[in-house]
Amino acid sequence: MIERSIETRSVVVEREIPFPPEKIWRALTQPHLMEEWLMKNDFKPVVGHRFNLRGDWGGVLDCEVLTIEPNKTLAYTWNFAHDDAALNLQSVVTFTLTPTDAGTRLRMEQSGFRPDQRQAFGGANAGWQQFFAKLEQVVARTD
Amino acid sequence: MRNAHAVLFRTLADPTRRAIFERLCRDGEQTVGALTVRAKVSQPAVSKHLGVLKQAGLVRDRHEGRQTHYSAQVGALAPLIDWTSRMTGFWESRFDDLENLLKRMDQ
Repeated sequence: MIERSIETRSVVVEREIPFPPEKIWRALTQPHLMEEWLMKNDFKPVVGHRFNLRGDWGGVLDCEVLTIEPNKTLAYTWNFAHDDAALNLQSVVTFTLTPTDAGTRLRMEQSGFRPDQRQAFGGANAGWQQFFAKLEQVVARTD
Repeated sequence: MRNAHAVLFRTLADPTRRAIFERLCRDGEQTVGALTVRAKVSQPAVSKHLGVLKQAGLVRDRHEGRQTHYSAQVGALAPLIDWTSRMTGFWESRFDDLENLLKRMDQ
């Protein structure tokens, strides 16, 4: 599901997961578990804590914890600094956990893209290597 | 939409094919011969890669005398340009890994 507005954009991914919120919360907030499904990190569940997410492709994201409501809501900034303005990314990622009969509805919303980021790859020489390194990871997972 | 993504991903996942496409993006129109000199693979192999790229809409060919000239069609990357669809794919696959992790975790 993709939601759009004129100034900012958001991506929403929602999934029903057959585990209780407490268990999912651990996977979302304990660094060694976060590394297993997301990226290497130095996260701490403290509002205002600044940390990095390090992707396998060499990219480093600058993050800051914005919201911590144990077992309910987790939000942090998700910023990527790049020389090429079109590749700069300033966004906020918010996870929301809602208990259901079968487990938990996990919702991830990433918002704050600027319109010019649509053209991130319009230039032929803009970050090709990085782009395709990520692409390969996606391919490896979708097969 | 998902299909268009899959075709582009698969086409560009091959390093040799990607190198050919990048050269066309960087240096403009080229003949098969010129591409072969730099590609470190045989001319038939280059032709085959160009065929796959053409099928995906990533290159266009133009015949001139005995030569065929190829050029990149960067517009074909449009489905991948939109951050929102790319990030959606990213999070879907992260959620897959998260679910796998949860199955392995202790209560």
